[in-house]
Amino acid sequence: MQSIIEFLRPHALPLLYAVLIVAVLPLLAGYVVLLERKVMADMQARLGPMRVGPHGLLQPIADALKLLLKEDIIPERADKWIFWMAPLISVTAGLLAFAALPFGPGFLIADLNIGLLFIVAISSMGIFGIVLGGWASNSHYSLMGALRSAAQLVSYEVAGGMALVAGVLLAGTLSTREMVDAQAAQGVWFIFLCPVAFFIYLVASVAETNRAPFDMPEAESELVAGYMTEFSGFRWSLYFLAEYANMIVVAGIATTLFLGGGARPFGGVSWLRPLDFFPPLFFVGVAGFCFYRAPKQPVLVQKLVMAAFGGLFLLLALPLGVAATILPAWKAAVHGGFWFVAKVMLYIYVFLWIRFTFPRYRFDQLMHLGWFFLIPLSIVNVMSLGIGLVLHRQAGWSLPVALGLSTLATLVVALYLAHVGEQRAGISDTEVESEA
Amino acid sequence: MADTRSPAFTVEQTVLGADEIIINMGPQHPSTHGVLRVKLRLDGERVIGSECIIGYLHRGVEKIAEHRTYTQFAPYVDRMDYVAAVSNGLGYCETVEKLLGAEAPPRARVVRTILTELQRIASHLLWLGTHALDIGALTPIFYCLREREEILKIFEKYCGARLTTHAFRIGGLQYETYDGFEQETRRFCEDFRIKVDEYERLLTENRIWVGRTKGVGILTAQQAIDLGVTGPPLRACGVAWDIRKAMPYAAYDQYQFDIPTGKNGDTYDRYLVRMEELRQSIRICLQAIENIPSGPIMARIGKVLKPPPGEVYHSIEAPKGEIGYYIVSDGTTQPYRVRVRPPSFINLQAFDTMVRGHLVADVVAIIGTLDIVLGEVDR
Repeated sequence: MQSIIEFLRPHALPLLYAVLIVAVLPLLAGYVVLLERKVMADMQARLGPMRVGPHGLLQPIADALKLLLKEDIIPERADKWIFWMAPLISVTAGLLAFAALPFGPGFLIADLNIGLLFIVAISSMGIFGIVLGGWASNSHYSLMGALRSAAQLVSYEVAGGMALVAGVLLAGTLSTREMVDAQAAQGVWFIFLCPVAFFIYLVASVAETNRAPFDMPEAESELVAGYMTEFSGFRWSLYFLAEYANMIVVAGIATTLFLGGGARPFGGVSWLRPLDFFPPLFFVGVAGFCFYRAPKQPVLVQKLVMAAFGGLFLLLALPLGVAATILPAWKAAVHGGFWFVAKVMLYIYVFLWIRFTFPRYRFDQLMHLGWFFLIPLSIVNVMSLGIGLVLHRQAGWSLPVALGLSTLATLVVALYLAHVGEQRAGISDTEVESEA
Repeated sequence: MADTRSPAFTVEQTVLGADEIIINMGPQHPSTHGVLRVKLRLDGERVIGSECIIGYLHRGVEKIAEHRTYTQFAPYVDRMDYVAAVSNGLGYCETVEKLLGAEAPPRARVVRTILTELQRIASHLLWLGTHALDIGALTPIFYCLREREEILKIFEKYCGARLTTHAFRIGGLQYETYDGFEQETRRFCEDFRIKVDEYERLLTENRIWVGRTKGVGILTAQQAIDLGVTGPPLRACGVAWDIRKAMPYAAYDQYQFDIPTGKNGDTYDRYLVRMEELRQSIRICLQAIENIPSGPIMARIGKVLKPPPGEVYHSIEAPKGEIGYYIVSDGTTQPYRVRVRPPSFINLQAFDTMVRGHLVADVVAIIGTLDIVLGEVDR
């Protein structure tokens, strides 16, 4: 017994974090869904969920309960074992990727020296769940969704990977923790040093997580629900959880590599030091709003729920406030989590914004965009960035000048590629006409 | 190069030599606009053949007509194209009037014109929203429904019903316009003109939208005429055929308006044509509202309608195309036979021609661009 405890002692904190993530993530994913529905409603001139709890705050919990209690249907002709296993693969891959994401200076399960590679490798394993699920359903819609998904992921993984290489070149490490440190040391987030890489990663990550306008595999209006068509209840919710976990993972990668991880914005500017008080004050503000709205709710239960949410936010504000004032040593650790989650949410908000604004690409157009535009551009970007870095490190040019020039060169190539792509589209148009 | 679009073309071999897939799209599918069932033969994702299976909403409207009096049958036509009930009703009422040899008074004709044009706007709005939704733009439908609501409110105030209005009676109108009808319609039209520009800003030059609609579902003018296609799909091929101009009815001969036409006959042109039609409808409404003649709203045709024996065909330009009624009278109070020429049904014939050689994603775009209502297809 003693030896077991001795063995576990150094792993106690990571284990605690792991349990925390597995326990909290489904809830967080549920609230991301609520956020999505509220953002969508806001853009579409309506209110969104308002019935379950005040302002729909309990909707995710009600949805989760409903999904758990639903009848679990396995189609008769389905390949039962694979059907059973496929969602588990997806959700496991999605959750496993969190192991190497640094939520703050202290909050990191495994500080791997190949952290980024690990995340990318593991999260792309999730595709097996989608392909196998689509195959095992024994339905045409599912199969087509699964095949689309496989092709799409393979194509965009390349572009996204090359974009990450650009970030890695700047950081000089694959360890996620050291990336954040490198950005803090250089005093600038990498998004400003290689904006093109960030943009490519943004597009590729939308495609990788199968979100609109690249949601081919689900393509509600074409394939009903793609690979998820035959899934219901708990299995379906696992896929759903995997999708939202993946969203958080790609947002986490982008935050870590391009947006400075858990670092506060303007960390180096001394007169902006009071920004340290923003996190606790933000939560106090939210809590105040909840308390203000609580008596205005129509039903007693809703009043109580609103007040409880207010209390929760006050509770969250407490450690942030303590860290900001009394215990400066804890500040980085505690505030890191806040800023990290805030940046992740901002990134996800961009996802939602895109989703509700654009129509959906067609499959061949999506492939076209990937192979003829994003992949060449990402390769050119890595090369020109490399040249810029050589100029900076060997020839002694200043960093902004060297990287500014390399970005400009990349943008010129991007213009050229877009021009060529347009011409190609023009050619295919005339082909269509001559066929007709 | 083989002509992959002609209906007679059948593929024996797929590109990779693999089996072709047959999938059933519908009758329960998010974007078949009701209960259309399309059997698609696919080579991978490419469509090599299609068959529309209809009839899931068949109610025998034409047969019902033989057991109702002329007046009793009027509400039934509203249930065919239920998103453009006013237009259906206008076509039926005018056909029976023609059979009777009667004519609605001028005031009734102008009010009919205004309401029918409002209905055209409402129908096109629903088309725009659902079409955009099919192509993956989630947001426009809510804006479209918001504007459509204003029109439905005008209908509701006018006759008490919002969807299946039964707004007109044979011989004229049953109801006088309500107080403030003119002001409300004018305010709607003036606001709506800005709203159309807003929708166009969302979609017209959007790269994804253009990519999804340009060159998709091309129909040449000859093909369209051969297949009997009417309405915006015909005009998008460059044929300026609009019954409002060609054979004016109601009060259309009094107003200035243009017939928008396209060039390529693809989904994008059909979109542009319908957007321009929205503007033209506003133009007609604004002209009509300026000068509604006073006078009676009902012609003197008596309570019991007994048309002389004979037959008549009359058609009007509904939002979806030419809706025509062929009525045979045997001199009794009930029609001997009623046959409807529904635009949705006949436009749907072009589906196979348009869809061949395209991808699955284009199938929903083409169903959307045809603007069919299954209630009218199946009757």
